[in-house]
Amino acid sequence: MLYSEKVMDHFEHPRNVGSIPDADGVGQVGNPKCGDIMKMYLKIDGNNVITDVKFQTFGCGSAIATSSMATEMIKGRTVDEAMGLTNAAVAEALDGLPAYKMHCSVLAEEAIKAALADWYAKKGEPVPECCKLPCDGDEHGCCSCG
Amino acid sequence: MTNRIYADHAATAALSHTALRAMEPYFTQKYGNPSSLYGFGQQAKADLEKARADLAACLNARPEEIYFTSGGTEADNWALKGAVELMALKGKKTGHIITSAIEHHAVLHTAQYLEKQGYSVTYLPVDGHGRVDPAAVEAAIRPDTLLISIMAANNEIGTIQPVAEIGAVARAHKILFHTDAVQAVGHIPVDVQAWNADLLSLSGHKFGGPRGMGALYVKKPLRLPPLIHGGGQEKGRRSGTENVAGAVGMAAALKEAVARLPEESARLSALRDRLIAGLATLPYTRLTGHPTHRLPGIASFVFEGVEGEALLLHLDAKGICASSGSACSSASLDPSHVLLAIGLPHAIAHGSLRLSLGPDNTEADVDAILKAVPQVVEYLRAMSPVWDAQAQKPTWEL
Ligand SMILES: Cc1ncc(COP(=O)(O)O)c(C=O)c1O
Repeated sequence: MLYSEKVMDHFEHPRNVGSIPDADGVGQVGNPKCGDIMKMYLKIDGNNVITDVKFQTFGCGSAIATSSMATEMIKGRTVDEAMGLTNAAVAEALDGLPAYKMHCSVLAEEAIKAALADWYAKKGEPVPECCKLPCDGDEHGCCSCG
Repeated sequence: MTNRIYADHAATAALSHTALRAMEPYFTQKYGNPSSLYGFGQQAKADLEKARADLAACLNARPEEIYFTSGGTEADNWALKGAVELMALKGKKTGHIITSAIEHHAVLHTAQYLEKQGYSVTYLPVDGHGRVDPAAVEAAIRPDTLLISIMAANNEIGTIQPVAEIGAVARAHKILFHTDAVQAVGHIPVDVQAWNADLLSLSGHKFGGPRGMGALYVKKPLRLPPLIHGGGQEKGRRSGTENVAGAVGMAAALKEAVARLPEESARLSALRDRLIAGLATLPYTRLTGHPTHRLPGIASFVFEGVEGEALLLHLDAKGICASSGSACSSASLDPSHVLLAIGLPHAIAHGSLRLSLGPDNTEADVDAILKAVPQVVEYLRAMSPVWDAQAQKPTWEL
């Protein structure tokens, strides 16, 4: 098998698929040229707790599985905790990914950060450094560009 | 899985029963070495030569023009490297090669290797259906052109090339012509004379023969320098103890495929056309490859807003084996060079599916595929941020 059982489980039965029309933060990363796009929707309450999260993904098996796993890992957590989620932690929670699929887990981490950045921006607050993507404000067209 | 539907025959296929039966005696009974002098070896030699003659007859070639190899990849490597070495022996130590942008990697990567050795290579573009224009071949010819190598039929999109016309151009300009006919042999009529081929590659496992067995046709009186040196088998052109079982099995499979070709290609074309009619009509979906000049067994598509690997994995879960040229279904980050060469944007090329049918496929298989593929495409589009579910179209403008 190319993927672990956990990856296949999240791919075949993805958790938290869909959109949140009145989301407090929405982030999209990836570009169609690279074949991976992830969009994250967050509901965040007054205590900075992520009460709901949904995702939409265009991409391969590991892109869908990492999106799904990442949503599970931040649901019910605080914004600070979500900001600390690393791609390595997502990949590890899935019992690993093939080396050339690790960029999918990077996208999952970045999609969450992009959604958090949107939440800060909507509140009119400065976006923390760690939520900024490497390609923010840049048109260089890498596979993380939203 | 008991009710598996195998729709990936262009990748490889089961050994035919005929080939298996023909091969069986050569493992434990008729295992003599064809190079040995005793009768036991000479019997194996006679059987090997019979296989060579049978294979040659299927291509309208002469037995002396067939050299057994370890498969299509070796045949392609030998054709290109051997042809330039032959020309080097004649004093042309450098020069130009014409090939196409949609060749199999066995040809493409060999051409790129030769570029590093100082040869210049033209990779001819193809039209939107994946066809090479014979006039473009002619226009690309330079005074130092040594070789033209254009595949007979493409493995990803099934497009059949105007091989005879391209061969005629090569002949008119007295340039060596090689064709990678790995996907053509056993599936469409192949005639080395009519095609004006000097060199032609084929591979056993694409038509019911064994894997790791192929052949290169080398037109007489060409004397291609060997790629593999050693004990001098195959008239000193391709060393290594002969794989008699492989050669006998490959010849038996091809003989059978060619005998059944008119009937089987009509049957497969009908199944293929049902797939095309049922799938290419889905919204934002297109057939890739030529609508009519295409291999009987290959139906290939791109679905916008869907990624190919995800599509394959869901089809696998439903018991259907297929393939895709999407980047994510391989270790590279780019989608297939063939899909890009026919002008598809990257975003769309990521959503490719190839269904390749063979002898074991039935109408019921096609029914099941026609049910499964639209379900999976719809499911994946529904979770895709680039698909507008209300308008039923992609959100992107390409
Ligand atoms: C067009 C073409 N050429 C060459 C090859 C390589 O053949 P083989 O697998 O026998 O090395 C293949 C099969 O993958 C093919 O489809």
